[in-house]
Amino acid sequence: MPVLLVVGFIAFALSDFVGDPVLLYLGQDQTQEQREALIRQLGRDRPIFVRYADYVWGVLHGDFGISYAAREPVGQLLMQYLPATLELAGIASALAVAVGVPMGVYTAIHRNTLLSRVFMIGSLIGVSLPTFMLGMLLILVFSVWLGWLPSFGRETVLSPVLPAVTLAMFQMTMIMRLVRAEMLEILRAEYIRFARARGLSDRAIHFSHALKNTLVPVMTIIALQFGGIVAFSLVTETVFEWPGLGRLLVKSVASADGPVMSAYLLLTALLFVTINLVVDLLYFAIDPRLRLPRGGA
Amino acid sequence: MPVLSVRDLVVEFPNRRGVARAVDGVSFEIDPGEVLGLVGESGAGKSLTGAAIVGLLPPPGRIAGGAILLDGERIDALPPHRMRAIRGRRIGMIFQDPLTALNPLFTVGQQLIETMRAHLPLSHRQARERAIAWLAEVGIAAPSMRVDAYPNAFSGGMRQRVAIALALCAEPRLVIADEPTTALDVSIQAQIVALLRRLARERGTAILLITHDMGVIAETADRVAVMYAGRIVEIGSTRAVIDSPSHPYADGLMASIPSLDRPVDRLRQIDGAMPRLDAIPAGCAFHPRCPSAFDRCRVERPELRDVGPTRSACWLGQGHG
Ligand SMILES: Nc1ncnc2c1ncn2[C@@H]1O[C@H](COP(=O)(O)OP(=O)(O)OP(=O)(O)O)[C@@H](O)[C@H]1O
Ligand SMILES: [Mg+2]
Repeated sequence: MPVLLVVGFIAFALSDFVGDPVLLYLGQDQTQEQREALIRQLGRDRPIFVRYADYVWGVLHGDFGISYAAREPVGQLLMQYLPATLELAGIASALAVAVGVPMGVYTAIHRNTLLSRVFMIGSLIGVSLPTFMLGMLLILVFSVWLGWLPSFGRETVLSPVLPAVTLAMFQMTMIMRLVRAEMLEILRAEYIRFARARGLSDRAIHFSHALKNTLVPVMTIIALQFGGIVAFSLVTETVFEWPGLGRLLVKSVASADGPVMSAYLLLTALLFVTINLVVDLLYFAIDPRLRLPRGGA
Repeated sequence: MPVLSVRDLVVEFPNRRGVARAVDGVSFEIDPGEVLGLVGESGAGKSLTGAAIVGLLPPPGRIAGGAILLDGERIDALPPHRMRAIRGRRIGMIFQDPLTALNPLFTVGQQLIETMRAHLPLSHRQARERAIAWLAEVGIAAPSMRVDAYPNAFSGGMRQRVAIALALCAEPRLVIADEPTTALDVSIQAQIVALLRRLARERGTAILLITHDMGVIAETADRVAVMYAGRIVEIGSTRAVIDSPSHPYADGLMASIPSLDRPVDRLRQIDGAMPRLDAIPAGCAFHPRCPSAFDRCRVERPELRDVGPTRSACWLGQGHG
C-alpha cells in the first residue's frame, strides 16, 4: 500500500511536470484572464500535495481524471486498451511457461543430447536478440515471405500469434535456463538420491520430486515476468500496431497527456504489488517449510 | 545361502590420467538377520562399496570387476529397470543425514505410500494404512496424525526413524545403512541403532552397517570388516576383531574405542593419514604408517588369510616377522 502511494505520487508529480493542461486546452494564443480562470477551474492553483490527495481520492472512486488529448475519462481509455494487452500478455506467458518449463526439464535431464545443445544455443540467441529485431524478423518470414500470418492489428484469430511469440521469446528462454539450472541443482540433492535408492521410477523422480522443488524458486520469477510482459509490451505493441496499453502510453507520452501517463504507471505498480502478493500466497500453499510446523517432535 | 555375497569387487573412476581405483578387490558375505559392520577411516571406500551394491555409484564411477550376488543372483550388471525394481524392494538404503534425505515438499505419508506402491500391489488406501503402521513401528507417536505432516515438522532423530521406515516398508532382504547415526545427537544414536537392529532381527533382514564409530559397531554388529585404502584388511566376528585384532591398522582403530576396562590410549592412535587414491604405496598400503612394517610389506601385497579367530591381510606372523 505505501508502495502504491509513493509510486502514485511520483507518477502524479512527473505527469504534472511534463504536461501543462492549460497550454493543451487553450493553445498558444491565450489571454491572461482565460489562463487564470482555467487554472482556478482545474484547481491547479492549489499546492501539489493537496491536489495529489484529491487525485488519490478520485482514484479510489475509480476516477483517474480526464485525458487531455482524448478529452475522455482516463478510466474509460484504460478499459478500452487493457483487454488487448491482457490478451497478448496472457497468450505470451502461457506460451513461455508451456514451452520454457518442459525445455528446461528436458535439457536438465538429458544434458548431453544433440537436442539439448540445440535448445541451449537457441536460448542464447533468444536472450540476446532485441525484441524489435525478432519482431521484424518474424514479420519478414511469416507475413512478407510466406504470407501465413498477419503482421499488424488485432482483427483475426491469427493476429496475436506473431506479437505473442515475439513477446514470449525472451521470457521463454529465461524460464528454460532458469528451470534447467535449478533442476540440475535439485537433482544433486540428497533426497533425490534417497528417492532413487527407494526404487522410484525416473518419471516420479524427475517430474514429481525434482520438478516440484524446482518450481518453488522459479515460480516467483515467472510471476514477476508476467508483470514485466504487461508493463513492457510497449515495443512489441508498437512493432505490431497492437492496440494495447503500450500503444496508449506511447501516444500519451507523445502528446504529454499527464493523467493517462500517471494512470498507466499506477496500474503497472498495482499489477506488480498484486503479483507479489499472489506469489507469497502461492509459496505458502506449496512450501510447508514456510508454514508453522504442526507440533514439534 | 547368504543374502548378499560380494566377490572381488572393484570400483574405478576414470579420470584424465587413467583410472582411480577406490575399491580394490573387496569380498564379504552377509547371512539373513546378520549385521555386518563396515568400518575404516574417511575415504576408505565404505560408501562406494554400499553404492556399488545398490547400483548407485556416482558417475563416472563404475564396477570394474568382481561380482555381487543377492540371494544367489548376480545383480552387478543388470539393466537399469531391473536394478530399479531391486532398489527399495530387495535392498533398502539409509543415509547419513536425515535432514536432507526426505523431500521437504511431500508429507512423510506420501513418501511412504509412493515407495510401497512402487513395489507392492497395494491400493492407495491399503498403502496409507501400512504407512501409519510403519510410523508406529518405528516409534512415532500419534502416527495417524503425523502421517500427513511434512518432514520439517519432525526432529532429526524422528526423521531418521521415518527414513528407516522408508527403507524397510517394502520389506527388503538387505538394508545398507551408511552412517545412519553420524549426523544425530549422541543421546539418540543408541536408540536409532537399537531400532534398526530390532526391526532387522524380527524380519530376518540382513544389514550392512557402514560407520566409523566403533562404539556403534561394538553394540550392533555380529561381524565386522575393517577397510583401508579400498581393501578389507581384517574381517571376523565383532568380539574377535575388537578383543584381539591381528592387523596393526585394526589394532589401532580398536584402541580408539573408549571402554571402562580400557581407557582411550592416545599414544596408540595411528599417526599419519590414509594415502590418496593416486598415491597408494606398493606392497601393503598401510606400511608407511605401520609400526611393525618390514621389508616384505613394502614390496608384496598381503591377501586376507585365516589368522585364528579372524581373517587378516598382514605379513606379520607369516614367518619373517
Ligand atoms: N565421485 C567421485 N569421483 C572420484 N573419486 C571419488 C568419488 N567419490 C568418492 N571418490 C573417492 O573414493 C574414495 C572412497 O570414497 P568413499 O565415499 O567410499 O569413502 P568412505 O569410506 O565412505 O569415507 P567417509 O567415511 O568419509 O564417508 C575416496 O578416496 C574418494 O576420493
Ligand atoms: Mg562414506
